[in-house]
Amino acid sequence: MQGNTTIAVIGGGVVGTAITRELSKYTLDIVLLEAAPDVCTGTSKANTALLHAGFNADPEKLKGRLNVRGNELYHERIQHELDVPIEWCGALVVATDESERPKLDALLDKGRENGIADLEIVEGNRLHDLESTLNDDAIAALWAPTAGIVNPFELTAAFANNAVENEASVELNAEVTDVTAVGDTFRVETVRGDIEADIVINAAGLYADEVSAMVGVEDFEITPRRGEYYLYDKKMEVDVEHTIFPVPSEVSKGIVVTPTDEGNVMIGPNAEEVDAPTNKATTRGGLDEVLAGAQKTVPELSKDDVIREFAGLRPAIKETGDFRIQIERDDPGFINVAGIQSPGLASAPAIAEYVVDLVADLRGELAEDPTFDPQYSGPPKVRHMSHAEHAALIEENPEYGQIICRCESVTEGEIRDAINEPVGARTINAIKRRVRPGAGRCQGGFCQPRVVEILAEELGVDETDIKLEDDGSEVLIGETKELLLAESGTEVRVDD
Amino acid sequence: MTETEMERAESAQSAAEAEQAIRRETHDLVVVGGGPAGLAAAQEAYDQGVEDIVILERDFELGGILQQCIHNGFGLHYFDEELTGPEYAQEFIENVAERGVDIRLNTMVEEVTDEKIVYAVSEDDGLTEIDAEAVVLAMGCRERTREALDIPGDRPAGVFTAGTAQRYINMEGKMPGEKAVILGSGDIGLIMARRMYLEGADVEAVLEILPYTGGLTRNVVQCLEDFDIPLRTQQTITEIYGDERVEGVTVQEVDKDFEPIPGTEYDIECDTVLLSVGLIPENELSEGAGVDMHAVTGGPVVDDGRETSVDGIYACGNVLHVHDLVDWVTEESMIAGRSVAKQLQGDIEVREDPIEIESTGAVSYVVPERITKADDDREKLPLYLRVYAPMDEVFVTVECGDEQLAREFERRAEPGEMITVDIDTEALADLPENRLTVDVVPKEEI
Repeated sequence: MQGNTTIAVIGGGVVGTAITRELSKYTLDIVLLEAAPDVCTGTSKANTALLHAGFNADPEKLKGRLNVRGNELYHERIQHELDVPIEWCGALVVATDESERPKLDALLDKGRENGIADLEIVEGNRLHDLESTLNDDAIAALWAPTAGIVNPFELTAAFANNAVENEASVELNAEVTDVTAVGDTFRVETVRGDIEADIVINAAGLYADEVSAMVGVEDFEITPRRGEYYLYDKKMEVDVEHTIFPVPSEVSKGIVVTPTDEGNVMIGPNAEEVDAPTNKATTRGGLDEVLAGAQKTVPELSKDDVIREFAGLRPAIKETGDFRIQIERDDPGFINVAGIQSPGLASAPAIAEYVVDLVADLRGELAEDPTFDPQYSGPPKVRHMSHAEHAALIEENPEYGQIICRCESVTEGEIRDAINEPVGARTINAIKRRVRPGAGRCQGGFCQPRVVEILAEELGVDETDIKLEDDGSEVLIGETKELLLAESGTEVRVDD
Repeated sequence: MTETEMERAESAQSAAEAEQAIRRETHDLVVVGGGPAGLAAAQEAYDQGVEDIVILERDFELGGILQQCIHNGFGLHYFDEELTGPEYAQEFIENVAERGVDIRLNTMVEEVTDEKIVYAVSEDDGLTEIDAEAVVLAMGCRERTREALDIPGDRPAGVFTAGTAQRYINMEGKMPGEKAVILGSGDIGLIMARRMYLEGADVEAVLEILPYTGGLTRNVVQCLEDFDIPLRTQQTITEIYGDERVEGVTVQEVDKDFEPIPGTEYDIECDTVLLSVGLIPENELSEGAGVDMHAVTGGPVVDDGRETSVDGIYACGNVLHVHDLVDWVTEESMIAGRSVAKQLQGDIEVREDPIEIESTGAVSYVVPERITKADDDREKLPLYLRVYAPMDEVFVTVECGDEQLAREFERRAEPGEMITVDIDTEALADLPENRLTVDVVPKEEI
C-alpha cells in the first residue's frame, strides 16, 4: 500500500462508505481505510436500522437537517440505485396516557415545520387496525408513513462495493496509527504502510476523537453509549408491522419495537454510557430493561422466540448532542465527520452530500466523472424467489442449488458471491452480514462448518485461519491430535 | 406493441421459461431426511411392498447425525450389540441401497404442501417438484443455542453447541478449543466432555441447571466419572466474557425456580463454551404443511401409525419427539414405514371411534397421541413416554375409565430416559370410553 492519493477516508462504517461512494462520482483518487477485516463492524452493524422520517429532528441542529435530507435521498435515489432492502413501513409514536397527547401534537407540529409529508395523528380503532399488536392502552399515535427500515449491513457493503466499482479503493485491516502534515499533504500511517493524502476525512466512528487528535484537533470527546437489543425469530406470531416508538420522556427516548427488512421483530435499545469503545457486552439488567420497555407498547412480547441478543455502541459528543461535520484544517484539508449517533444511518447519504460540498470548499469545484455508474446489485436472494425463479437461477449456476444455511435458505452460490464481490467478505460474520448464513434460528450451528470450509477454499487458507470477526477470533484452534502430541512432547508434523 | 406491453410479454415469456426449469415427478413415497428415522421408514415401507420411494437428504451422505457420533453404545436394543453411530447407520444405508431406493444427496427440501407436493433443490437436479402419494417427515432436530438461553455478555469466538463442536472434531478433524466449560448435561454434552478430554483438552466442568443430569446414567459414569470431570448441578452460566475469543464464564448457583442466587458468582477461565441445553425438533417444513403441533414434544401430533393431522403425511424420529436412544427411533420409524405402506396399498382400516391418549400426573408426554388405525396384524401397540422428574420404583399405567390396560414396573424413571409401555391390541376392541390415560405412579401408591 504505497503511493499518492487525493483523499483518504478513515472508517468503513455506513458514513465512511457513503462518503467514499459519493466522492467516487468525481475525478478524485479516493482510498477508504478500515481497521477491521470488513466494512460495517462498528456502530453501523448494531443499531435499530431505522430510516427516521425526521419529525423529531431539530432544524437548529445539523443532525436534524441531515436526517430530513437523508430520508429524501433514500426515497429518491438510494432505493433505486442500490439493490438494498429498504421498506417504508412507517413509524408510530404511541401515547398510552392522555398526559402524553400534548407531546404528540408538538411532534406533529415540529414534523410539519421540518417539511415531513403525510404526518397525522391516528387514534382509536384506526390506530389498532393499523398496528394490531399494540397495547390496549394505546390511545393515539403520530403516524409517519415516510419512515422506513433498511438492512444496514447490505447498505454499507453496497456503498463500498459501488465505490470500488467506480474506482475508489477500500483497504481493510488498515488501522490508522498516525496522521501527520508534511508540507501541503498528510502522511497517513497505517499498520499496513503509509499513504499520502491531500485531504483526510475522519469517519472513524467510536475512534473519531482519537483520529482527530492525531492532527491536533482535540476539543471534543466521543462517549460510547451502549444500546442492547433482542432479535426475534421470523416465525414468531407477534406480527409487528410498523416501527413503534413510545412517546419520549425527559429521561429516555424509550424502547423501540420494529420489524426488520427480513421480517424479524427487533426491540431496543436502552442507553448506557460505557468506558471503552469495545464494550459491546450485553447485560442482564440492560436486556431486562429492553424487554420491559418493549412490553409497554407491545405487551405480547416475551423472551420466547428470541434468536439473538446483541449490543451496539453509538459515538456521542455529549457537549453538543450533535454531529460534528466540519473542515478542521485547510491546508492540507482535514474534515471531521464525528459524533454520528442516531439518526446517522438515516442521514448517511445526506452526510455524504454535505461532505462533498466541504471537499469542494477546499479544492474548488469538483469535476464529475462521466463513467460513474450509480447502480449496484449484490448476490441474488434465493430465499425471496418463487420456486420457478429459483429453478431458472440454478440452471444458470448450479451452486445456487446447494443450500448451506437451512434456516435462512442461503446457497453456496450466494456465499461465494459474497466472498468475491468488490469488497469481499473475509470472515464468518462478514458473510453473515452480506448473505445471512447463521442469521437464523439455529445461529449457525449447522452451517458454520460449511461456511468455514468455503471461506478457506476461496481464500486459499487453512480452516483454522478462518475468523469470526477480528484478529484473534479464529473459531478453530488447530487439528485434532495436536494437543495430545504436544502433551506427550512429540513434535507435530503436518503432512501436506 | 407499446413498451409496457412488450415488457409484459417479455416477463410473461421469462416466467414461462422459469416454470419450465422446474423438474416435475410423481412418486409413491417421499422421505424427507436420510438419518436413522428416514432410513428405517423407507426400508420398512419397501419391505411392506412400496417400491417407488425417494429419500431426500440434505447432507452429502446418508446417516444423519449418527455419522458424527463415533462413540459406541448404539444398537444394544435393536441389534443386541454395541455399535458406533456410523456402524449403526451403515446397516440401514446398505439395506436401502440393496432395495434400490432412490437416494438423492445434497438435496434440500424447501417446502412440503398439505397436498403432498414436495419442492426439493440440489446442485445436480435443480429444483424438483414431486407430487407424492405419501410423505414421511424425518428431518431430525437442532440444538438450542446460547441465544435461546439468554446468556448475556460478550459475543466472542469459542461458543459452540455441543453438536457443532462434535462435527468439527469428528468430521472435520479440527479442534474447537483447549479449555472447555460445558453447559448442560444432556447426552451430547456428556459425550463431548469425554471427547474433548480424550483429544487432550481440559474440561473444567459440566454445569447443569437442574438438580439432576439430563443424560443417560451410563453416560454420566462413562464420560465424566471415569475421567474425573466434575458435574456441578444447580449451577448455570450467567455471563460469557472475552474480546475476540472466550476468556471465561461467570457461573452462579440457582434456586429451585432456576433463578441465579446473588453472591454465589464465581469465574472459570476457559477458551471454549459448549452448550448441550436441549434439542428442538426441526419442524419448519411440517408447520408449512399445516400439520397440528404438540405443545410439549415440539413435534407433530400423530396417531398410532405416526400419521400427522394431514392425510398421508407421516412423521418419525427426532422430528416427532426427541429420543434418548436411536434404537427407539428405528422402532418408531418402522411403525411409520409399515403404516404408510398399508395406506398406500389401500390396506388400512380407520377406526370408527378414534381413541385419544392423554398423559397425566408425572408424565410429561406420550407418543402417539391417538389411535385411529384398526390394524389387526399387530399384537402390541407401544406407547413412548417421558416423566417430568426422576422417580424411584414406579409403575407405568395405562387406564381407560376404571379398566387398567397395562401396568409395568420401572426401577427408576428419569426425564432423560424414554419409557415404553405396550398395550395389548386385543384390549382396544372393547373399551368403556375412547380415551386412555397414561400415568407413572410410585409403587407404594398402587
